[in-house]
Amino acid sequence: MQSTSPDHSPKAEPIVRIRDLVFRRGRRTILDGVSLDIPRGSIVAFMGPSGVGKTTILKLISGQLTPQSGSIEVNGRDVSKLTRNELRRFRRDIGVLLQDGALFTDLTVFENIATPIREHSKLPEPLIRRLVMSKLSAVGLGGIEDRMPHELSGGMARRVAFARAVVLDPCLMLYDEPTTGLDPIAVSTVQTLMRETNNVLGLTSIVVTHNVAQVRKLADYCFILSEARIAGQGTPDELRASDDPGVDQFMHGKVEGPIPFHYRSPDAPWSLLD
Amino acid sequence: MDAPRRLAEKFTEPALEAGQALWFLFRMLAGLRFTPSQILSVLQQVYLVGARSLVIIMICGFFVGMVLSLQAINALEQFGASEQVSLLVGKSLFRELGPVLTALLFAGRAGTAITAEIGLMKATNQIEAMELMAIDPVQRVALPRFAAGVISVPLLTALFNAMAILGSVVFSIGVMDLDAGIYWSKLQTGVYFARDLMQGVWKSFVFGGTISLIAVYFGYSSRPTGAGVGTATTNTVVLSSVLILVFDFIMTSFLT
Amino acid sequence: MRANYKVELASGVFLLLGVAAMVWLATSATNYGRNIGDNTYTVTARFQNVADLRERAPVKIGGVAVGIVESIELDPVSFEALVTMNIAQRFNEIPSDTGASILTSGVLGDRYVGLEPGGAPDMLQDGDELFITQSAFVLEQVIGKFIFGAGTGSEEQ
Repeated sequence: MQSTSPDHSPKAEPIVRIRDLVFRRGRRTILDGVSLDIPRGSIVAFMGPSGVGKTTILKLISGQLTPQSGSIEVNGRDVSKLTRNELRRFRRDIGVLLQDGALFTDLTVFENIATPIREHSKLPEPLIRRLVMSKLSAVGLGGIEDRMPHELSGGMARRVAFARAVVLDPCLMLYDEPTTGLDPIAVSTVQTLMRETNNVLGLTSIVVTHNVAQVRKLADYCFILSEARIAGQGTPDELRASDDPGVDQFMHGKVEGPIPFHYRSPDAPWSLLD
Repeated sequence: MDAPRRLAEKFTEPALEAGQALWFLFRMLAGLRFTPSQILSVLQQVYLVGARSLVIIMICGFFVGMVLSLQAINALEQFGASEQVSLLVGKSLFRELGPVLTALLFAGRAGTAITAEIGLMKATNQIEAMELMAIDPVQRVALPRFAAGVISVPLLTALFNAMAILGSVVFSIGVMDLDAGIYWSKLQTGVYFARDLMQGVWKSFVFGGTISLIAVYFGYSSRPTGAGVGTATTNTVVLSSVLILVFDFIMTSFLT
Repeated sequence: MRANYKVELASGVFLLLGVAAMVWLATSATNYGRNIGDNTYTVTARFQNVADLRERAPVKIGGVAVGIVESIELDPVSFEALVTMNIAQRFNEIPSDTGASILTSGVLGDRYVGLEPGGAPDMLQDGDELFITQSAFVLEQVIGKFIFGAGTGSEEQ
């Protein structure tokens, strides 16, 4: 069980506070008593091997999943104990960018971005239009509002999804592998947008990612998850210099380390290899 | 010790799924609000699901009408009763062939499309994105398609029947030279509105609801992979077809 | 929203077409509206044998439908078939001594009740009974009579 104290100046308290979080799916324990704080206004990365539970933490923060025990406080309120209506109100204030963007394929770009506005407010049509167009230009895609998602390139689609996620000016942004599958230019573009929006809107961003290089450029702080617990945490530079073997293996992408090359299936005669 | 449990599961699993499907239906109906935006999306689905099935339904209807007349005249000729062809065609068409064939065609063409579309939306995280925006995907995605199916199938059945009568007319009067006056008078006196035509209408509503619920439910509960969506569409067609024929028998015995 | 307009138009056309097809089928391909209606009065008649006369079979005068068979019951005392008929109100000048027979429509057709108007001055009222009746023509009985009847006749001669 590790916990962290906010390393930022005496600002407001952390926007997300997780204590003793336990989450199991079937017989697998995915998170075993995890505790951490997310400082307000920062960009925090969650890293770790595939399937370790990074996306699960995002889903616990957004209220899509309920933990077996422990607490997840966002702005002082425990997400796991919200009623349905409170959860709905809560989701207005967080923006989520899912893997591959998840644009609605049967709506135009304009309608995609407008969906959260229409759902959560009763703004008149001209105001909606102003809002959508301003977010579109902010991501650099001013003229494409009438196109359909299948007509867009990967990078453009990702930017539209980004615009949709920030359209209601949330206070917390959750990103699930935001640049996976994009070409290097698109990757840089999205990362720049994430950084700038975070600073300009005073957001806090939580990014789930594999990309160590991205984390070095983008994140203020990192958590590395491994085997249901936090294996390491710190600023990107601190982690790179760490001598913990698990952290070291991940940050430098080594094939051998605490996570072995050979998958230890229960019935193979592993003794032969040792 | 394991085999009896697995055998029991073969019965409890379908029962469980059926219960979940009914619960799904309840969730959909609970969200029925008749707001302009809902009506608009239902209309849009009516186009995608109903209007786009029009051509196949009408062509098949026409040929069914023709072949039915062919078979009927063939059989009736032996008793010198060829004049009864319109009566035979009308009754069998309105009561059985119209609703059942239209429903089977609809299940294959539109049912699979609905399942595939919803399954794909699930696999590309669109459903999840909706939930995160606090939009109920059942209401936004499933309900319009279900409603469109329930509305479209009876209408398509009527169009199928109309084209079949047309085909029968073309064949009996045009090809086989039956007297047009006798044809229409036998049809109009012998085929009953309540007993024959309406029986088919009730059936088509039941079929429409069944196919639409299955298509929507299987799409929504499919595994979010390519193979999962494929399996779900196959299941939609198979289960829809079986249930259509089962309900057809049940309804016929009640309504006759 | 150009796409929306096209879609609305197409689905509207489809809906109209479907409804039009239903209406056409109902009016041109069934007996809708061609039945007797609700404004009727009731008359009864007793028959020895109604053969396969069914409920809802037509009642005709001179081949024209004027009514419909409402019910067919067995009189437990006389073992006659009691047929109840609904006659359309607009045919209210049928003489009270009209005869009723069970006829067949064509050679293979269904049975119906044919009325043969009499000459009495007063007309049938609601609840009247037709006393002049002729039972259905059952082929087997006639053939049987012919075979056995001819034998008896030639013996006598």
